[in-house]
Amino acid sequence: MKDADLFVEITKILRSQKLGVLGTCGTAGPFCSLVGFSFEKDLSHLFFSTPRSTRKYANLAECGKAALLVDNRMNRPEDLHDAQAVTVTGTVRELKDPERERAEKIHIERHPYLAGFSSSPTTAIFSLEVDEYSLVSRFQNVMIMRVKR
Amino acid sequence: MRLVIPLEELSDDRKGSGGGKAWALSRMIREGFPVPGGVVVPVEAYRRYVDLTGAGEMIMMELNRKPFASMRWEEMWDAALRIRNLFLKTPIPPELELELAETFDRRFGVVPVAVRSSAPGEDSEGSSFAGLHESFVNIRGTRDIIENIRLVWASLWSDAALLYRKELGLDPAKSSMAVVIQELVEGERSGVAFSQNFTDPTTSLIESVWGLNQGLVDGTVSPDRWLLDRKSGSVLKHTPAERKKAVRSSRGGTSLENLPRALRDRPPLGPGEVGKVYGLAMKAEKWFGKPQDVEWTLRGNSIFTLQSRPVTTGVKKDERSWNLSLRRSFENLKALRKRIEGDLIPSLIREAENLSKHSLSELEEIKLAEVLEDRSAAVEKWTRVYWDEFIPFAHGARLFGQIYNDRIKPEDPFSFIDILRPEKMAGTERNSRLEKIAKDIRQNRELKEELEKIESGLPSVVGEVFIRKAVKELGSDSALILPGREQEMALARLLLEISGRTAPQKTRPGKPKDLEGKFLSSFQDEERQLAVDLLDLARASYRLRDEDNIYLGRVERLRDEALAEGMARLSAREGAILERYSATEVIKALKDTNYVPSPEIGDKPSESEERSFRVSPRQITGQPAGQGLAKGKARVIRGKNDLFSFRSGEILVCDAIDPNMTFVVPLASGIVERRGGMLVHGAIIAREYGLACVTGVPDATELIETGDELTVDGYLGIVVIHRKD
Repeated sequence: MKDADLFVEITKILRSQKLGVLGTCGTAGPFCSLVGFSFEKDLSHLFFSTPRSTRKYANLAECGKAALLVDNRMNRPEDLHDAQAVTVTGTVRELKDPERERAEKIHIERHPYLAGFSSSPTTAIFSLEVDEYSLVSRFQNVMIMRVKR
Repeated sequence: MRLVIPLEELSDDRKGSGGGKAWALSRMIREGFPVPGGVVVPVEAYRRYVDLTGAGEMIMMELNRKPFASMRWEEMWDAALRIRNLFLKTPIPPELELELAETFDRRFGVVPVAVRSSAPGEDSEGSSFAGLHESFVNIRGTRDIIENIRLVWASLWSDAALLYRKELGLDPAKSSMAVVIQELVEGERSGVAFSQNFTDPTTSLIESVWGLNQGLVDGTVSPDRWLLDRKSGSVLKHTPAERKKAVRSSRGGTSLENLPRALRDRPPLGPGEVGKVYGLAMKAEKWFGKPQDVEWTLRGNSIFTLQSRPVTTGVKKDERSWNLSLRRSFENLKALRKRIEGDLIPSLIREAENLSKHSLSELEEIKLAEVLEDRSAAVEKWTRVYWDEFIPFAHGARLFGQIYNDRIKPEDPFSFIDILRPEKMAGTERNSRLEKIAKDIRQNRELKEELEKIESGLPSVVGEVFIRKAVKELGSDSALILPGREQEMALARLLLEISGRTAPQKTRPGKPKDLEGKFLSSFQDEERQLAVDLLDLARASYRLRDEDNIYLGRVERLRDEALAEGMARLSAREGAILERYSATEVIKALKDTNYVPSPEIGDKPSESEERSFRVSPRQITGQPAGQGLAKGKARVIRGKNDLFSFRSGEILVCDAIDPNMTFVVPLASGIVERRGGMLVHGAIIAREYGLACVTGVPDATELIETGDELTVDGYLGIVVIHRKD
């Protein structure tokens, strides 16, 4: 797969899904949560929101690293050969204004139903600064796309 | 949903469910055509089987290892063999079997039947799968009928059918198969009739053989042929066949028998009967409204229609016939073996001997040019023979594999390869000689030091003498010749590397006798001899996969030597080391001192766009071709120098293993090859040395860099690249 093809393929998968599984880790142990996500067009950053009282928030605040799994499985046997999964890894950071305002706009544009939730003072908006995308397709093929910094 | 439908009850709206063959038979029965009675097991039964057993997804996983369109034919062969084995090993679930069995018991009892494919879309004007899917004749009893239904289902995924679908661009995920079970009419004479000849629309064509139609359909019995005027039905031309054989019913199936002398001189059809068959074909055309290709059989004076389908107009005949040629019959393969062993290989060896008679350094430039010309022409000629004759003969091993799997139903569909492995292989023989030389170095410290001097480019008389002796000992198959002056340094480096290994690589012990015994004892009486013959043929086929490479490599090496000598002469003429030229350019320059050769231009990588991302592979998949797990540094082979730089324990990564590479295999801990297939040279040699091997890895030599840490999983067909950026 050519570089540009991989970029397009990953964008397609991210566009096709509203939710992903966020993996976090902290002294409380590892944890997975389903989150609504949005992303910059250049794929450099992803955004998601969470109440501050959650276990994932505690983990994110403690560790600063996270992984997000986005996949297009349909819960059918064909998923084994047909589904694609992207694991995004990187550094997380809770955003403050004016960054938060910009991210919230991108986020709500994608998830209008989360407008109230995201603007709540008890909700944190995080950015995931991407280190690497890992795309799994055809059951066992794995391609990596790393962000140059 | 009924899982067994009497043919006469298959309504027009169920055409997609019963397939084209069943639908046409049903219509003909209803119209009063003489058709043997039977039932159809519709596609719903197939779908329930693959859904209930999970076979459907397993097939898709097999076919989705890489894009369908980029699979090589050898990879399709392998995939087809694995899928067939899957069907053989996966029984029909009890609830489904019960429903089928009840009807078969009642309808057929122990009456012999034909179990035939009827895939939807199988026969249309634009495509014809005739002969690509399987049918089985003379099957008796419910248990055997059900067993054969599975085999017909499996044939949906045969190599030839897969290739044909690839050519037509059909999606394999949408394929399914209905099966027709018909009472067997044991005709004395059979054939096909085209109401309109596909090559000349003004004529009709009839082909006929003695016995059953199988021989005609699979090409083992040549038919008598009648060309008729389409309008009047009058015979324009009769082309008799050389009548020697006929297919007849035999215990549990059919067999190819010698035709009695009395019948050899008689055409299968008399003049009145030709008219009768023509009348049947025209009646079918009238009824279906399109020219028809009718299969028929004659018992006594009664003619029976076995099937009718539209004459295909849009099919590229050559494509399907090539696919069908993959199914070379046993007889064809025997003839091919005779030609290869008796004529081609000896000629190839002789030609290599003749070409090697010249002492290149003593030749004048004009003469050297002629020698290079001859050697280049020989490489071209034998490469063509390699593709046209040697490669198709590889099917001998596959034919054996299919029959072995049908009989033994092994867990590993490629376990048959263990029976085929010979006691000795040319490639491993050469490596044993190399190992022996390395042992001498290992035991002689002074010699080792002398060779180290050579390796570093320092003079050493002892070292040079030893290297020259080694080249001689390795013999003409050595393939260890480098063009130019690097020869001694490179060979010294390789020999030192081999001698430095603590545990020399051993080839695997000989073939297991128990498997062979188990296979042969599954045949009885006269069939046993046939099985012995088939095994013998398959062993020859397997052995040749190694030997043909070695012999072809010998001619290639001769060409390379002459090219190297030519380059050396041109360099001397110019007083400088020149770039690499093609043989054609060197020949021109040797013949004409004024000619200025132009260097070979390779594909330059396009300047990659400066992006904000860096893409790299992490895990790539191919086919598991040699069981084992290997970890080590990659050595990507892009030229001969890469081979001579090979370090013990490295993983050999290449486009396709050729005979000039196998000498480094004992140094390798694993093999990764772009070219796919279980019977490609790389897979064979990996099995010999018990190395982890993955073949059919797309872009292997582009995605992997020399020095990358690799894990080669030869069980799953996975290569992991542990690259740290």
